[in-house]
Amino acid sequence: MIEVQNLRKDFGPTHAVDGVSFRVNRGEILGFLGPNGAGKSTTMKMITGFLPPTAGTARVDGLDVRVDPVGVKRRIGYLPESSPSYPEMTVDEFLGFIAAVRFPGDAAAQAGAVERALGLCFLGDVRRQPIETLSKGYKQRVGFAQAVLHNPPVLVLDEPTDGLDPNQKREVRRIIAGMAQEKAIILSTHILEEVEALCTRVIIIARGRVVCDETPAALRARHPEGRLDEVFRELTLGPAAA
Amino acid sequence: MITAIFKREFASYFRTPLAYVILAVFLLLASGCCFFIGRFFESNTASLEPFFVFLPWLFLFLVPAVGMRLWAEERRGGTLELLFTLPITPVQAVLGKFLAGWAFLALAVALTFPLALTVAYLGSPDWGVIVGSYAGGILLSGTCLAIASLMSALTKNQVIAFVLGFAVCLGFVLVGFSLLSDLLNGWGLPVALVDAIANFGFIPHYESITRGLIDLRSVVYFLSLTGFALFLNVVALER
Repeated sequence: MIEVQNLRKDFGPTHAVDGVSFRVNRGEILGFLGPNGAGKSTTMKMITGFLPPTAGTARVDGLDVRVDPVGVKRRIGYLPESSPSYPEMTVDEFLGFIAAVRFPGDAAAQAGAVERALGLCFLGDVRRQPIETLSKGYKQRVGFAQAVLHNPPVLVLDEPTDGLDPNQKREVRRIIAGMAQEKAIILSTHILEEVEALCTRVIIIARGRVVCDETPAALRARHPEGRLDEVFRELTLGPAAA
Repeated sequence: MITAIFKREFASYFRTPLAYVILAVFLLLASGCCFFIGRFFESNTASLEPFFVFLPWLFLFLVPAVGMRLWAEERRGGTLELLFTLPITPVQAVLGKFLAGWAFLALAVALTFPLALTVAYLGSPDWGVIVGSYAGGILLSGTCLAIASLMSALTKNQVIAFVLGFAVCLGFVLVGFSLLSDLLNGWGLPVALVDAIANFGFIPHYESITRGLIDLRSVVYFLSLTGFALFLNVVALER
């Protein structure tokens, strides 16, 4: 479903993303790990068509993001980091706007999609509240609802559980796991346990490069005592630091 | 899809007090200029000229205030990323937002209709001139808005967007203003050159329309300047 080939992004002299390649198939949840500034968000921004790549490309459902960005965007649901939304709109108005862009001219489909997303993300009781009055957990769920509104085959989630309390994290993970079978999902996170609990595969990215691409079990097996944080440290800082 | 962007943007003016503040201040200033500075009653003619003479100057404040948020706010709030990962092209996004701002400006200008009613009550004005003047004003506001929108796309700071929008629009107003032309003539520049420079300004084209002769060249001038600014707007957003 998602095919990333040799993706590169330079910001001036720095290589933010330096030749990243991987594939994600339907039914897979790919965990994207890496230190801050490793290039996770930049890679996601290129896959979703927000940033143009310096070189290489990403294909979603066979469509090249450089050739058909709108086609790719139709197939992706994207939750940007810290889930931005229009604070003065109510949840209903905001999701209604997204639905109007996703299903232009089809009022029935728009209403149906909004109701479905509200139900899926348990937003029913705050639907008439302005987003700026909501707690962080609710805001995150609004961002999530926006991403899954059109039931896309591909989900790209940039730190979907960031800033949530443990109960909310669990809730969001449950929603993601519930959708996994018919979708290809990429999610980035800092929480190593989350990867184990949720993902079918892990990619660790450091200094713009993929340093590891395997199952969470294989990743844990790299350390004699199975300590994920040590494996992460070793892979991202190099063996000398371990 | 342009419709969806347009609707959200237009409604967003009214979700905060911004729209009401801008409308109230504009209408106050507009009638103030017309009656006090423009000496509407002393002129003893049934025409809205005192109002339309001041309109471009009012636009210098009004239009950047309406346009400054268009892109700067999206950048600041991070919603630019949301918008540009929705299945829309930058051209659709720019047009949707521009048209929403323009509709708001047209509303502001249209709300000065009591001035027209006053003139009609006091005398018998030339309605052709008044309608033409309104059309010219709305056309000019569109050009100013395209410039303000472009400036807004260049920064995430709305104050900077406002100041830049004001400065560029002021430049276009001054270039066509007879004072500047006289000054340049005084410096000994050839008249043809001075006229050519003046032709790039807003005022000669605006005046030709508000005089009641809808001059096609002036309409083309405003529309092409608007189109060019919107094109640069798209380029600025695509980086």
